[in-house]
Amino acid sequence: MAKTVGTSVKRVEDPRFLRGQGTYTANLQLPGMTHLAVKRSPHAHAIIKRIDATRALALPGVLGVFTGKDLIEGGCGPLPVGWSVPNQKTPERHALMPDRVRHVGDGVAAVVAESSYIARDALDLIDVEYETLPVVTDARKAAAPGAPLVHQAIANNISYEWELGDKQACADGLAEAHIVVEQELINSRLVPNAIEPRACVAQWNAPDDQMTIWTTSQNPHPIRVLLSAFTLKIPEHKLRVIAPDVGGGFGSKIFHYPEEVIVPWVSRKINRPVKWVSTRSEAFITDSHGRDHVTVAKMGFKRDGTITALQVTTWANQGAYLSTFASLIPTILYLGCISGMYKVKGIFGHVFATFTNTVPVDAVRGAGRPEAAYLVERMIDIGARRLKKDPWEVRHKNFIPASEFPYQTPVAFNYDSGDYHAICDKVATLADLKGMRERQAEARKAGRLVGIGFSTAIEISGYGPSKVVTSIGSALGMWESAALRVYPTGKVTLFTGSHSHGQGHETTFAQIAADELGIAVSDIEVVHGDTGRVQQGVGTFGSRSGTVGGTAVVKAAAKVREKMRRIAAHQLEAAEEDVVFDQSNGTAYVKGSPDKAKTFFDMAFSTFTANHLPAGMEPGLEEQAFFDPTGLTAPNSAHIAQVEVDPATGEVQIQRYVAVDDVGNVINPMIVEGQLLGGIVHGVGQALLECARYDSNGQLLSGSMMDYAMPRSNLMPMIETGRTVTPAPSNPLGVKGAGEMGTIASTPAICNAVMDALQIDHLDMPLTAERIWQAMQ
Amino acid sequence: MYPSSFEYYRAESVREAAKLLKQHPGAKLLAGGHSIIPLLKLRQTEVSALIDIGRIADLRAINGGMIGACCTYAQVAAAGGLPAALTEAASHVGDPAVRARGTIGGGVAHADPASDLPTVLLALNAKFHISKGRTARVVPAIKFFTGLYETALKEGELLVAIEVDAEARGTGSAYAKLENPASRYAMVGAAASVTIVNGVCTDASVAVGGLTTHAWRSKRVAGALLETTLDADSISKASKRIVKELPDDLLGDMHASADYRRAMSQVFVERAVTAAAARAKK
Ligand SMILES: Cc1cc2nc3c(=O)[nH]c(=O)nc-3n(C[C@H](O)[C@H](O)[C@H](O)COP(=O)(O)OP(=O)(O)OC[C@H]3O[C@@H](n4cnc5c(N)ncnc54)[C@H](O)[C@@H]3O)c2cc1C
Repeated sequence: MAKTVGTSVKRVEDPRFLRGQGTYTANLQLPGMTHLAVKRSPHAHAIIKRIDATRALALPGVLGVFTGKDLIEGGCGPLPVGWSVPNQKTPERHALMPDRVRHVGDGVAAVVAESSYIARDALDLIDVEYETLPVVTDARKAAAPGAPLVHQAIANNISYEWELGDKQACADGLAEAHIVVEQELINSRLVPNAIEPRACVAQWNAPDDQMTIWTTSQNPHPIRVLLSAFTLKIPEHKLRVIAPDVGGGFGSKIFHYPEEVIVPWVSRKINRPVKWVSTRSEAFITDSHGRDHVTVAKMGFKRDGTITALQVTTWANQGAYLSTFASLIPTILYLGCISGMYKVKGIFGHVFATFTNTVPVDAVRGAGRPEAAYLVERMIDIGARRLKKDPWEVRHKNFIPASEFPYQTPVAFNYDSGDYHAICDKVATLADLKGMRERQAEARKAGRLVGIGFSTAIEISGYGPSKVVTSIGSALGMWESAALRVYPTGKVTLFTGSHSHGQGHETTFAQIAADELGIAVSDIEVVHGDTGRVQQGVGTFGSRSGTVGGTAVVKAAAKVREKMRRIAAHQLEAAEEDVVFDQSNGTAYVKGSPDKAKTFFDMAFSTFTANHLPAGMEPGLEEQAFFDPTGLTAPNSAHIAQVEVDPATGEVQIQRYVAVDDVGNVINPMIVEGQLLGGIVHGVGQALLECARYDSNGQLLSGSMMDYAMPRSNLMPMIETGRTVTPAPSNPLGVKGAGEMGTIASTPAICNAVMDALQIDHLDMPLTAERIWQAMQ
Repeated sequence: MYPSSFEYYRAESVREAAKLLKQHPGAKLLAGGHSIIPLLKLRQTEVSALIDIGRIADLRAINGGMIGACCTYAQVAAAGGLPAALTEAASHVGDPAVRARGTIGGGVAHADPASDLPTVLLALNAKFHISKGRTARVVPAIKFFTGLYETALKEGELLVAIEVDAEARGTGSAYAKLENPASRYAMVGAAASVTIVNGVCTDASVAVGGLTTHAWRSKRVAGALLETTLDADSISKASKRIVKELPDDLLGDMHASADYRRAMSQVFVERAVTAAAARAKK
């Protein structure tokens, strides 16, 4: 059996997706199904004076209308947060707000009806009287004196302040610098826009006191914990949470959302199954948004380009409430990454996290790390420009040398492995940077605005270790579990607590198990996303599935091998220590006698017949393992983009995009390539197109696909990719995580290329044609 | 999609459609559905009934320069013998899915200020054939587009066909647009048709879209092109005129402000005229 890890095994899940046979939450049809719709606030900030559902309740087919008060009186607790930093002010957020709304889209009532159409009709018949209040939407303005308060009890709208780094070293570095560049940068707000909108179905089974919830989640097990302990308060053993096929998440489906409380609560109330499916319009105003930072940064440079210091002050918009992992993002994931790939002593960052009358902000692909990379990479380019130095050389000058790994940054993280000079040389070779530069010079001579932009970036990935993450704010440990159930005939079901919503776990996890057990990928079925079937789990976020979930599989497989080896020893009448398990073909034999091997089938079947097992051994073959990582991983990348700006219109054309990434060892090159390409385009979308804009009344202007610009395929040239590999030392697979690297690196690469084309310091994103044209006037 | 309830009828002929329109006050026609359905599902509009004219064979054919109202953009883009500006614009509407369902008649009847075809049809001086079942009339383009989402179509009337002249030798047309990055509608669209006789421009027609409430004809640019050889310099000079000629208050939004659109009108008029002249000279 040839090894499958490292090969592009075709995705086993694709046939069902390509044929439209996936099982998504919205597809579920249960007997007696009812349909729920949520009445949402049209105002960004208002007091609810009165809710009158009389007309809605009179509509035939309407089964009930419920308000925030009903839910609270009915026992629902407020939505908890899963991350807390010191002195964090966490306002109460209910699934339906009982007396006040704080962003457009905040839920005020839910209606349940015989059909989705009736439910939607009934929404218009619920009369809500509001007293509107002043609104603030900008993160920095929210903290200014006199700003409207989003929560009465929270002064200056500040949820928390957070610092990282060495203030004195930073001040010293700035003092010692030959030049200090200062820049304000706005990292625009993103709408995550997974292709499948969120949905939730709940079925209360009264005779058993059992609740089953289907929800579009990246992590059903933690959702069950939160539902059970905080919001719905149904004991965990009576609560099954299923996240079936999920059509993309990009982080937005990590969080515990209001509808996950409302839908099951109503199902129990009316004793019928209930379905809620978000419309795209609702998704825009209820799915947690991403990014939205206002930052003022200073970077000091020596004459030769050496970076002496980086000082950062950021106002991070948290939206109206703290979403589940809100305070993880602009703290450790952001400031923890502002050392980038560089050796800089004097780094200090301070974050003000503020409440505004906008949709809550939480993780979106990259989550904090893209904000860090954007900041660092923009600042380096501005510095290089001032120093009249090649930005590529300035980067080279400051890289952490390969000999210094593991490298402890001044901002908490310890980078596990990497060779930053090598990855940069590789991308420069792949791109033919010298030739690129020459052609650029010629084009510029001819008056064409051609720009070349670089970015290098790290991603910190592979969370836990549980001890570490809980010490800095996590309410949950970040391990992962895997179980392998070996059937009498030698076929295997692999249960993982990780969740695939596009990443291809059904393939890659099967590859891992296949290699560890010496059997075929097709002999393994991967089960995920169901608390009723999968033992325990944490879930998929922060590019952690391969590193943590994959390693749990490795550990479980080792236990299977061990039991099989003992069985073989017993049956071959050999000493256990003389018997080896051969991972190349799933057999076990006495060292040196592979001809007299016990096959995988033989050993599996013996655990069923249970008549030739070593004394005291339990029958059956099912092994489970938990893996809690000992360290984090640091995937890293170097990208080069070439753009041309149309001098007449300001439109940007991307001419080349060259990316080299180090994600450690690769389980499935095709899948990793797909993650990187998708990630790159995602990041390019932020650079050029995507932006959630609010008007001064807190109305989301870019609230539909007609106004929220997403990247399309014609935006991109063929992306040229390469790879370097420095295996992660903290897990046996040596993998680092590949889901977010592309996004983190591509945004600054494109922005830097455009600034190079325009020969200016800085423009904020998105780099729309008009913004660029204005800059050229 | 959750619109409020409505009735649905499928008309087999123009006459039947006109009759159904009369019988159902508050009804609207359904062609490709790419404008009306989104409005219904967002509940920005309500109808008592939709009368589907999308399968009436007469409306789905192209005969010479006579284009049935229910011809899709894809059909128009693929048809031979039509003015270049028209096929060019049709092939750049939205994306392939929109072009496969959206119809030229639906597009002009809807009269979104950012849509592409009105601009082109105005530059081409198209004729709009309108029917009310028994009676019919023909309206020239300049009178057809009357305001924001407003046309000469009256209650109970259907657009049945749009007529354009075939391009003779010496005539060329083109369409150029600055796309909205999200929807791909025109933030600025410019269409031009020019005729060259003995090396000199004898006829020119220029229209822009995305700038004003409805497709808008530029007399000054067209005038300035006449009698020139349509060389780069005269095109550039003539195109400049649009900037001042346009009315004071232009459309603008977060994607493109009014000022930017005004500046871009010159750029895209110049591009359209340049391409049209090149075609006329072929
Ligand atoms: C994603 C997307 C992108 C788009 N991008 C563009 C773009 O780039 N450029 C562009 O120009 N357009 C664009 N459109 C709009 C597209 O052109 C629509 O298809 C068009 O506006 C309407 O045509 P329809 O056949 O779909 O009409 P429908 O939606 O069926 O009807 C539209 C309106 O016209 C009326 N109507 C339809 N046919 C007739 C008729 N024969 N007589 C009288 N009234 C009639 C209907 O009653 C209705 O009020 C886009 C649409 C979408 C959804």
